[in-house]
Amino acid sequence: MANTGIFNRSALVFLFALGLAAVAVPLLNLVVPSENVLHLPDYLVTLLGKYLCFALLALSVDLVWGFCGILSLGHGAFFALGGYAMGMYLMRQIGARGVYGNPNLPDFMVFLNWPSLPWYWQGFEFFPFAMVMVLLAPGLLALVFGWFAFRSRVTGVYLSIITQAMTYALLLAFFRNDMGFGGNNGLTDFKDILGFNIQAAGVRAVLFSLSALAVGLCFIAARGIVLSKLGLVIAGIRDAEPRVRFLGYRAEHYKLFVFVVSALMAGIAGALYVPQVGIINPSEFAPANSIEAVIWVAFGGRGTLWGAALGAIVINAAKSWFTGALPEAWLYVLGFLFIAVTLFMPKGLAGSFAGWSNLKKTSATPLPTPEMAE
Amino acid sequence: MRATVFGLVMLVCLLAGLGPAFAGTAELVNALGQGDFKSREQAITALVVSGDATAVPVLDALEAGNLFLRKTDQHVFIGKADGDTLSLIDPATNQPAGTGQKFEFEKIKINNALRGIISNAKGGLTLFSADAATRRSAAATILKSGDAASLDALEKAIAAEKDAPTLALMIEAHAAALLNSQRPDAEKLSAIDALKKEGSRDSSALLVQLGSNAQEPIKSAALAAASSIENGLAAWSFAQNIWYGLSLGSVLLLAAIGLAITFGVMGIINMAHGELVMVGAYTAYVVQQTIAARFPGVQNEALLISIPGAFIVTGLLGMAIERCIIRFLYGRPLETLLATSGLSLILQQAIRSIFGPTNKEVSAPSWMSGAINITAGLSFTVNRITIMIFSVAIFAALMLLMKRSSLGLQMRSVTQNRPMARAMGIRAAWIDTLTFGLGSGIAGLAGVALTQIDNVSPNLGQNYIIDSFLVVVFGGVGNLWGTLAGALTLGIANKFLEPFAGAVLGKIIILVGVILFIQKKPRGLFALKGRWVET
Repeated sequence: MANTGIFNRSALVFLFALGLAAVAVPLLNLVVPSENVLHLPDYLVTLLGKYLCFALLALSVDLVWGFCGILSLGHGAFFALGGYAMGMYLMRQIGARGVYGNPNLPDFMVFLNWPSLPWYWQGFEFFPFAMVMVLLAPGLLALVFGWFAFRSRVTGVYLSIITQAMTYALLLAFFRNDMGFGGNNGLTDFKDILGFNIQAAGVRAVLFSLSALAVGLCFIAARGIVLSKLGLVIAGIRDAEPRVRFLGYRAEHYKLFVFVVSALMAGIAGALYVPQVGIINPSEFAPANSIEAVIWVAFGGRGTLWGAALGAIVINAAKSWFTGALPEAWLYVLGFLFIAVTLFMPKGLAGSFAGWSNLKKTSATPLPTPEMAE
Repeated sequence: MRATVFGLVMLVCLLAGLGPAFAGTAELVNALGQGDFKSREQAITALVVSGDATAVPVLDALEAGNLFLRKTDQHVFIGKADGDTLSLIDPATNQPAGTGQKFEFEKIKINNALRGIISNAKGGLTLFSADAATRRSAAATILKSGDAASLDALEKAIAAEKDAPTLALMIEAHAAALLNSQRPDAEKLSAIDALKKEGSRDSSALLVQLGSNAQEPIKSAALAAASSIENGLAAWSFAQNIWYGLSLGSVLLLAAIGLAITFGVMGIINMAHGELVMVGAYTAYVVQQTIAARFPGVQNEALLISIPGAFIVTGLLGMAIERCIIRFLYGRPLETLLATSGLSLILQQAIRSIFGPTNKEVSAPSWMSGAINITAGLSFTVNRITIMIFSVAIFAALMLLMKRSSLGLQMRSVTQNRPMARAMGIRAAWIDTLTFGLGSGIAGLAGVALTQIDNVSPNLGQNYIIDSFLVVVFGGVGNLWGTLAGALTLGIANKFLEPFAGAVLGKIIILVGVILFIQKKPRGLFALKGRWVET
């Protein structure tokens, strides 16, 4: 196996670990009896599944930031849109089992005296349609937003600020009851997915494995993109956009492509996240969430893909532990992490690993030490 | 303690006794207990005409079903049921009058028609309250309802009224009530004229309502007056919207102007800018608390004293931030953004740990309260005016500093051509620290002003950071005039959208508008020209 292909050594290690988790976690949860030490409690399966969704979000951020130099502070919006598409399907599955027992309208619509289902809710009772929307909603937003932004060469921090404004505008919009997405309560109280009880341990285990599968597939796809010729142009854009333009490439098209692919991945992550945590509400659009996702990537090591995923998992595990043990301290830790990573670990965890081992020659993606364009 | 309360009660009794002798009140109250609903209505009207404000609790009790008639002597009492016994209050003196057995009493019944009359009557009676604000609100209620039954009470109240704004409101209410009464047309026409002159929104609504079901010539006069009021109001509300917009714009300017220095001039993305504003607000809080505890004499000026305090605290904090963090990240704007977001989390949590998550109160100096009424459609609150003057003053001072002082000259030279500035002997690194400290200090000043219009909580800064960045980017980075224009434009646009779209949707429209605008003009309204902007 060549060291420079999609499946180089670090990629294989990452995929192997992912595959192991996808098999082992459901087995340890379902097959190993609950009195055994090795048994994995149900809540842990959900928690790990959540981490994997965040890992996928981090992967998508790394694809645009680490390889194309676009620091999006609005990726949480794509994540949340995917989540809302999934949530709408799950809401429609509740049917007449809601508090008000209305077979056609979700509870919050009955509560707000809506006469009938609005047009944009039509079709969400069909799973395939909802899955298409999971991709279409964030994809379209990224396409339109990116088309406008990249065409007029909004770059660097300006782009970061308007992506943040975008997710902030969506946050405000989804808080409105008139939008028909449940206002600040969001969508919750889900009952089942494809006819299976969403609370059941088996379904949770399957969702976990699916999340692992999604991370794996997206990882392979992202590596495929960045190692292709297109990926070289994209890296060129990151390092010196004007030069790439002068060479005759339409930089905005390449950027738009990466941006949309990344938004699709974030949407998938959101769609897998919602059935596992059982709720989606507008707070997912909060600008702070998107910034946090960026720090996962920076911590893990940007421009490495697997490092980003690892960063998301490590930081979220730390968050779970701190919010349980020392809730006051978590924001301090996160804040210091932001500063320490940018000051002392510009290459993140992945960079540190690469430094520790003597395998620098085998690392396929040359770790970028770019002066950011702009 | 007990003795004091007792004394107070006695004093109140004494005063009540000394009050104007409303001879008939007791008899009028007793009349409530007699006859059928019809005669009860007359008794209520008579109470209103008497103009005795002590009758209000009686009417309250009547409305709540707590008014009882003693069968033995036909006296009326306010009673509170407690099992089978009633604790009695004498309605004339409002004093406890012992207890009685329930069977000795008969509850005075009312129906829905009477309920309406009672609530109007209470409006009429509170016209005679000792408190001017209560009188005004009573007059406003009558103005809204245009209740003809209050006419007599109003005329009596107008004759006694001393307070000018209350009197104006009462005359307006009187005209409104008169229009709904059976008075002759000539009187009504002059009442329409009076309403037209006053020109408030309430009177226009009343005139429209009257015009739709009155006869000629009242009908056409009322409708003409209503439309003339509407036209006047539209003009005033336009002016009021501009005022609100300027007011919001000055707040945005305050929040953004520090950012215009750190982001606009130096190119540092400081996501902790909002938290510096918040620290400034908390400094004002601490200064005020300290002054209240140590030097209560100058308490009224605490806010003024906290202005330099906040500038120094946040300025020093900003210089420390520049020295410890930002210094190492020059030329890497995205990393600066991340590091300062981390800093904003730390500052928020630190303030939360020290002061707790709840809102803190920073009281206003006495000269900042109140409002200036121009007409019915236009009024300016003094604290908004103060904030506007404050932000313009800061802007002007900053302009002077940048354009006229040697420090400003050095700041500009370092940001424009660093190597050349250093060659001229300017300590560039020190100037960076000072410039960042200046921008942070101005953020602190904004915080002091925001204590007067917003909640002082750890989340204060979060509400302004995105708006501030949009203002700076919209106005054109590196251009203070652009920041001024951007803040005022966004403020006014926001306030003009609000009536159509609602506050939240209006804000969303503004956000989307700015995003689209940046696509069109990526360098803002007032883009800097020249070669060095490209570097």
